[in-house]
Amino acid sequence: MSTWKPLSGTQAVAEAMRQINPDVVVAYPITPQTPIVEFFAQYVANGIVDTETIPVESEHSAMSATVGAAAAGARVMCATASQGLALMWEVVAAVPGLRLPIVMPVVNRALSAPINIHCDHSDTMGATTIGWIQIFSENGQEAYENMLLAIRLAEHPDILLPAMVMQDGFITGHGVENVEIFDNDKVKAFVGERNPDRYLLDTEHPYTIGPLALPDYYFEIKRQQEEATRHVKKIYLEIGKELSKITKKEYPYFESYKLEDSDAAIVVLSSTAGTAKDTVDKMRAEGKKVGLLKPKLFRPFPYKEVRTVLKNIPVVGVLDRSMAFGAYAPVYAEIKNALFELEKRPKLQSYVFGLGGKDIFKSDIEKAFNELLSGEVSSEKERYIGLRG
Amino acid sequence: MEKKGWRELMRGADLPPASSLDYKTGSWRTLRPIWDPNKCTHCMFCVAYCPDMAISVVKSEEGVKGFNGRIYKGIVRLEADLDFCKGCGICAHECPTHAIEMIREEEATSSK
Ligand code: SF4
Ligand code: SF4
Repeated sequence: MSTWKPLSGTQAVAEAMRQINPDVVVAYPITPQTPIVEFFAQYVANGIVDTETIPVESEHSAMSATVGAAAAGARVMCATASQGLALMWEVVAAVPGLRLPIVMPVVNRALSAPINIHCDHSDTMGATTIGWIQIFSENGQEAYENMLLAIRLAEHPDILLPAMVMQDGFITGHGVENVEIFDNDKVKAFVGERNPDRYLLDTEHPYTIGPLALPDYYFEIKRQQEEATRHVKKIYLEIGKELSKITKKEYPYFESYKLEDSDAAIVVLSSTAGTAKDTVDKMRAEGKKVGLLKPKLFRPFPYKEVRTVLKNIPVVGVLDRSMAFGAYAPVYAEIKNALFELEKRPKLQSYVFGLGGKDIFKSDIEKAFNELLSGEVSSEKERYIGLRG
Repeated sequence: MEKKGWRELMRGADLPPASSLDYKTGSWRTLRPIWDPNKCTHCMFCVAYCPDMAISVVKSEEGVKGFNGRIYKGIVRLEADLDFCKGCGICAHECPTHAIEMIREEEATSSK
């Protein structure tokens, strides 16, 4: 039996962690991630989980302790956001090469400077090229389910790569919704236990982890890491099917919302996709054929599948909640990449919105849709939603 | 030795242990630790502090002569292994009995 609970997105993630019951959780507070480790610390204090918590003095130490515990053979998690991710970056970048299946929830927040505690995606968009699996969540429900999917995905023997599960800071991170928490026993059975084929505490079979590999082997090891990443897409769908048996939901790479016959489509990640779906409904009721694509699995990026669903749509607008200074905004760049193979490509427009937590409203999205429908777009010129002046 | 292709490598470069023994890393050295066994109490500080594990230790039942002519039994240290010693001087700094002196390489090799 599942139960419905009024939970914030961070608490929903903590609930997933409760059910996963990791061996070790490393805790360091950073807004707006802090409630995840706070809620989890309560579960530990109340004996609801038998996890060892390691409170540390910085995120750099948080990721270091996480790596140490994972290499020792533990199932281990930590959580972060924004500057915290930036501070742990050196170690974060090492994890995929070490092939440690660490799952880390990230509650997206703008990067300094200026200091800002609110949502945008500039933190994780900086970490798209180093080999972590990245899954974005629209709301607390998705964040909860994505955690369950991510742990199985990361630990799959053909993958063994770390995964980040994202949600929008404060918007869904602190916003409370009714979240369906699935039966403990079923989830525990689905998640299983980490069963590493080698680990450092296995003194019978010693090996070296994280050695020096100069031009003699570094390239080969990175190619091997890429191969593991290529397995993710297939296994993501398989594990998603297994999870469906418990949740009765589907786990595609992205959600297509009324795309099939659309004259114009918007692509947007995370919580804004909810607002966009409402806008689609409103405009559809007025006879305007618009639709939405919400990427969930962002790394590895499902180029071919995205191309297939967007290829017949005349105009596509991509809404990015971060900038890539001096380059195309990150989600826009991926969509443009995905469509390049087509002979006849949709027209494209890049929009940047919501930096540092700036609100985006249905009226903003409707305006963007109307712009797209008018065909007055430019694939070279970035437009801004909610920017003064 | 034939180098392995990416498909044959162990996952994530987890190599067999102690593969670093094949890398001789002592060639950077400009200073050489000169150990005076007659001052050594075999306290193992130098062994613990050496960042390159360049100081070998052995078990000696019959014992070796050390500080003040005393016989030290059990685990004792030997000379630093110059194939691996980088000449950092940490051992000399840590040694409580000043049994290690750092001298310049050219001095050490010319006086041989
Ligand atoms: S630190 Fe000095 S006294 Fe102690 S074992 Fe080393 S050389 Fe000998
Ligand atoms: S000089 Fe440095 S590397 Fe050489 S034996 Fe002493 S501590 Fe080890």
